[in-house]
Amino acid sequence: MLWEIDIHPSPGQKDRLAVGVAASARDLHLAGGLQVSAASGYLLQGTLSADEARRAARELLADGVVERTVVAPIGDPALTKLADEAAHQRPPTLVHVLPKPGVMDPVAESTTRALTDMGLAVRAVRTLRKFWLSGLSDAQLRTLCSKVLANDAIEQVVIGPLKLNRLDIGSEYTFQLVTVPLRSLADDELVQLSRRQQLSLSLAEMRTIRDHFASLSRDPTDVELETIAQTWSEHCSHKTLKGRIAYHDERGPRQFKNMLQETIFAATVEVRKKLGSDDWCVSVFEDNAGVVRFDSEHNAVFKVETHNHPSAIEPYGGANTGLGGVIRDTLGTGLGARPVANTDVFCFAPPDLPADGLPQGVLHPRRVMTGVAAGVRDYGNRMGIPTVNGAIYFDERYLGNPLVFCGNVGILPRDKSKKNARAGDLIVAIGGRTGRDGIHGATFSSIELTHESETVSGGAVQIGNAITEKMLLDVVLAARDRGLFTAITDCGAGGFSSAVGEMGERIGAEVQLDRVPLKYHGLSYTEIWISEAQERMVLAVPPDKWEAFTALAAAEGVEATALGRFVPTGRLKLKYGDHEVADLSMKFLHDGRPPVVREAVYTPPPVRPLAPPEKSDYTPDLLAILGTYNVASKEWVIRQYDHEVQGGSVIKPLVGAKRDGPGDAAVFRPVLSSRRGLVVACGLNPRYGDLDPYAMAAGAIDEAVRNCVAVGADPARIALLDNFCWGNTDRPERLGPLVRAALACYDVATKLGTPFISGKDSLNNEFRYVVPATGDATGILPVRGATVGATGILPVPSGETRTIAIPGTLLISALGQIEDVSRAVTMDLKEAGSAIVLVGLTKNELGGSHFAMVQKLDGGHVPRADASYARRVFAAMHAAIDAGLVRACHDLSEGGLAVAAAEMAFAGGLGAKLDLSHVPQESGYRLPAEKGPPLPAASLLFSESQTRFLCEVGHDTLPHFAQVLGDVPHAVIGEATATGRLQIAAPGAPGAPSKGSSPPLVIDAPIDALKEAWQSPLRW
Amino acid sequence: MPPRVLILRAPGTNCDVETAFAFERAGGKAERVHVNRLLENPRLLAEFQVLCIPGGFCYGDDIAAGRILAAQMQHHLRDFIREFKDAGKLILGICNGFQALVRSGVLLPDAPDGAPAATLAWNASGKFEDRWIRLKTAPSPCVFFQGIETMVMPVAHGEGRFVTRDEATLVQLEAAGQLPLRYAPWDVAGVSRSERPATASPPLTKGGQGGLAGEQTSLRETPGTFVPYPDNPNGSQLDVAGVCDATGRVCGLMPHPERHIDPTQHPEWTRRKEQPEAGDGLAVFQNAVRYFQ
Repeated sequence: MLWEIDIHPSPGQKDRLAVGVAASARDLHLAGGLQVSAASGYLLQGTLSADEARRAARELLADGVVERTVVAPIGDPALTKLADEAAHQRPPTLVHVLPKPGVMDPVAESTTRALTDMGLAVRAVRTLRKFWLSGLSDAQLRTLCSKVLANDAIEQVVIGPLKLNRLDIGSEYTFQLVTVPLRSLADDELVQLSRRQQLSLSLAEMRTIRDHFASLSRDPTDVELETIAQTWSEHCSHKTLKGRIAYHDERGPRQFKNMLQETIFAATVEVRKKLGSDDWCVSVFEDNAGVVRFDSEHNAVFKVETHNHPSAIEPYGGANTGLGGVIRDTLGTGLGARPVANTDVFCFAPPDLPADGLPQGVLHPRRVMTGVAAGVRDYGNRMGIPTVNGAIYFDERYLGNPLVFCGNVGILPRDKSKKNARAGDLIVAIGGRTGRDGIHGATFSSIELTHESETVSGGAVQIGNAITEKMLLDVVLAARDRGLFTAITDCGAGGFSSAVGEMGERIGAEVQLDRVPLKYHGLSYTEIWISEAQERMVLAVPPDKWEAFTALAAAEGVEATALGRFVPTGRLKLKYGDHEVADLSMKFLHDGRPPVVREAVYTPPPVRPLAPPEKSDYTPDLLAILGTYNVASKEWVIRQYDHEVQGGSVIKPLVGAKRDGPGDAAVFRPVLSSRRGLVVACGLNPRYGDLDPYAMAAGAIDEAVRNCVAVGADPARIALLDNFCWGNTDRPERLGPLVRAALACYDVATKLGTPFISGKDSLNNEFRYVVPATGDATGILPVRGATVGATGILPVPSGETRTIAIPGTLLISALGQIEDVSRAVTMDLKEAGSAIVLVGLTKNELGGSHFAMVQKLDGGHVPRADASYARRVFAAMHAAIDAGLVRACHDLSEGGLAVAAAEMAFAGGLGAKLDLSHVPQESGYRLPAEKGPPLPAASLLFSESQTRFLCEVGHDTLPHFAQVLGDVPHAVIGEATATGRLQIAAPGAPGAPSKGSSPPLVIDAPIDALKEAWQSPLRW
Repeated sequence: MPPRVLILRAPGTNCDVETAFAFERAGGKAERVHVNRLLENPRLLAEFQVLCIPGGFCYGDDIAAGRILAAQMQHHLRDFIREFKDAGKLILGICNGFQALVRSGVLLPDAPDGAPAATLAWNASGKFEDRWIRLKTAPSPCVFFQGIETMVMPVAHGEGRFVTRDEATLVQLEAAGQLPLRYAPWDVAGVSRSERPATASPPLTKGGQGGLAGEQTSLRETPGTFVPYPDNPNGSQLDVAGVCDATGRVCGLMPHPERHIDPTQHPEWTRRKEQPEAGDGLAVFQNAVRYFQ
């Protein structure tokens, strides 16, 4: 029997589902005459009487105060009728949306358990949403279904009455060993096989595998071939960046044997060597996350991952499983770190792109953005991990390839920081069950997306279940504290294949695949082995601890299964029943891959002058920059994240007199009984990369570090993560800029003394599609031509194949520390009358700036960080903040001085009066006019020169402040006022007014207007 | 002897550690106990003086916030919780714990026909929000708010809009002093609006447009509220942030007192020249501990 229970809002209550649909339809200009009514529902399969079904509705599923229910067997006309059908002007069409069979449905799982707990005989549950829609043409209805109501990757749409008779899925599996006749294949057949099976292996790699098995005089089984493909995937082995690269730029050639080893890792080695006995790194680039010392009892761990391709296809599921995955990285570091903070950085195309004419297979950026934010919200909030930091960056080139960076910080007892699986330990799977979820996720993330990806790769898309992961987390930490396991790792990309393969790399492992608990029948042994079902981890449990371990897991309702054993054979053996299905040498698996050899070329674009327009009033420019999506307030997203759970919050993402100003970095106390704090910040500026990726990378590091320093972090204790997201690096001109950025990472990190402790890269972020061949769908898409910075939405002839590559994007994440959180500082102005001091040199660096963006200007000098100088500035700023001399401090980034001053003023609810004549400039400082021509006002206001801070300092402490700053360039450029206006006076220049009168104002605006410009774009 | 506090945790509970920390700081002796232990052995409850259900997303808030834990309490723990109440002990539900207390009928008795007295419905804004709010107390027997006039602390929830079954229930709860905690305007300048007597019954618009038409206005002008969004963050009737039973010993509130026990948790602490010794929320836990001394 199949019952349906529909939940409708009571009369007078808002129809939330319908409101959401109507709003999304409006955003996409889908239907003016649309009317919507909605209900959520549950399908229950089981031997229930009508009374029992009504009891389920009354006691569990519906809220008796604000909801009403319809309970009927499926097929009953009561289910299709709408109570207030009269509200619709035309007879509505009924549309059902259900998760596709096998797609994770957490609510259905919980409901099944809760109904069983009530004593009701329910066998399976599925959730659904249903909509009564009127005022649409058939074509509009189809568009609404595919663009708003459902995502085809995970959901099915049923128009009209539901005709189902059962919910449970799966059929019995009959074992059949599959071997792949590899030895007989020619080169072109090898390539075809790799593509057909989604192995993502190159010809050289396929040949190596063929020859290996030829030497064994047998063909591989399918699961052997899949295991090798997973292990050798770009996603798991980072073979490009760890490979050989012949690099060439204007300074000549350079050969890398292992590019990352010789740049990013090398910087860390050098920094640690200099620190000597004061080295505070604990474990770098070896575990699932980087580990550094925190206090006498704890280490801190940090990792940032990307989940780009899944988020492009299913934003909600992609983002929530992305966050779930990085949380498991933390939990899988050492013997299990406790996650204490999330950080999330996204790159999207602008949300106001026209909805018509998007390339086929591309979701609208606004839908991607709301879906991704909701995915992070629902997972992070349910996990009880505060999301404390983030950024959102917009560029048209992220249209087909949005970037979703999810990061997690953890705290680890010092004596639990290393893992060591031993021969004889049991291989234990814990957490969620295994289904067909995410098969080929690892190889999928290593290929280009195309307009067909949505249909061919749907299986790689998953939905997370945060509560399963929270339960897993609770058990792992309790088991850790009782010493019940010797090693742990997360089951991420590649599933058991990667997890067991890595953990047993130096030992050997035997796994009995039929022991794996399954969500439903019918999985083959290969599917079990490579499934990427979420919320699973693999542990090494000594046999004498097994009893205690299973008892602990059972006590918390978590499933734990011993799948096999680590054995000292150096081989990976898989069995299904009595059948051996794989027997691979660990050595071949991990060291057998032929090296990837790539070429990389970088040719610097010629520097073209950028002449800013000379104006008497730059207020409109400031308002325009404040209103760019990159700079604009992200309060809409931030408030949806719980950023205070765990109770350690010190500096929140939003600060100031109205708690809505943009904080530079998050500060929190991970150990509640201690005053010591962690600081999290990030740096990202792809626009600079168009001019010079070296400057981009150096700037991202400078920005991440200065954000930490601005709130009070000690610059001598800042650890960095690198996340490269790039286009197709098979092309030398794409890989060249990446290498150049990595060289900058080495130079800057060594000079600043900020080690990289972990990182991750995501390559092949390109989107390929065919421009539709019909007249009205000409294809509106972003184009960047040869002239860098000239962005625009241009029509493109139909029928052509186009590729959109993302701008080379390097995210630098920083983890800082602060000895006593009560010395932390926020960016909002505190008191009228205080002095405003600009620290650092302003240069003529408008290249890649947001001023250039809103003025549509090309060329110019990109901001360049001087790391040796920056180290002095950071140390001096920290000393001043630590001595309590700074009342407010804000870093200067997008929009330069003018934006920083505006943000400080409106965050503090105060005015400010500044004079550009006093700005310390490159040509000298304190008295620029005497040492050379001053910079034009536009540069002084909007240049994005690195390593600068704007500080509020009390007049009584100014001398002390100046003394601590020493020879670091700085000057008092004005003061905080009670006028409620930001007023900035022009520098002394030709045509300046005569002595005695004050110089003219180049910026003059009420702070309320500035704040409105900043808040309105993303006030969703 | 400090009172023993049972911090009940279920799958998805996530404020248990900091809530235990707050009770300990207030002088209590807190122990985090999994609901499975209590279901196996409900007599465990009798060993404690305070039962606290902390914040989080128990069972993922699947179906509705707190619903599945509430069903477990209703079906398996009802008698033991009644005994606990009758023994003069304290029960506190914070955020998700408040939702579970309301939905289980532990806080407010169901009507004779089984209909619940009140619910915590979706926020009028339609979304989960984390923001700081100001609270003021109304005269009540509630143990937890004795001696407290105003507090600031954060809310972080999607389902916190307090709605009663009917107007009579609301009037009766208010008259009995069972609505002890109300949202108030953050800015002192706006206080005059909230200073309207909390005993006056505001206009309760029933019916209304619902659906799409009411959407834009419902954010700021929810029927039956004095304090506009976002100071009343969810559109609760009478700006209710916390509710107690007739004895004042069972209480639930949406805001998180455990997130404001330290001065540096305050969102504007860097704007203060002097820091207080503790955050406002600590007094809630101290009241619970003091009750047994």
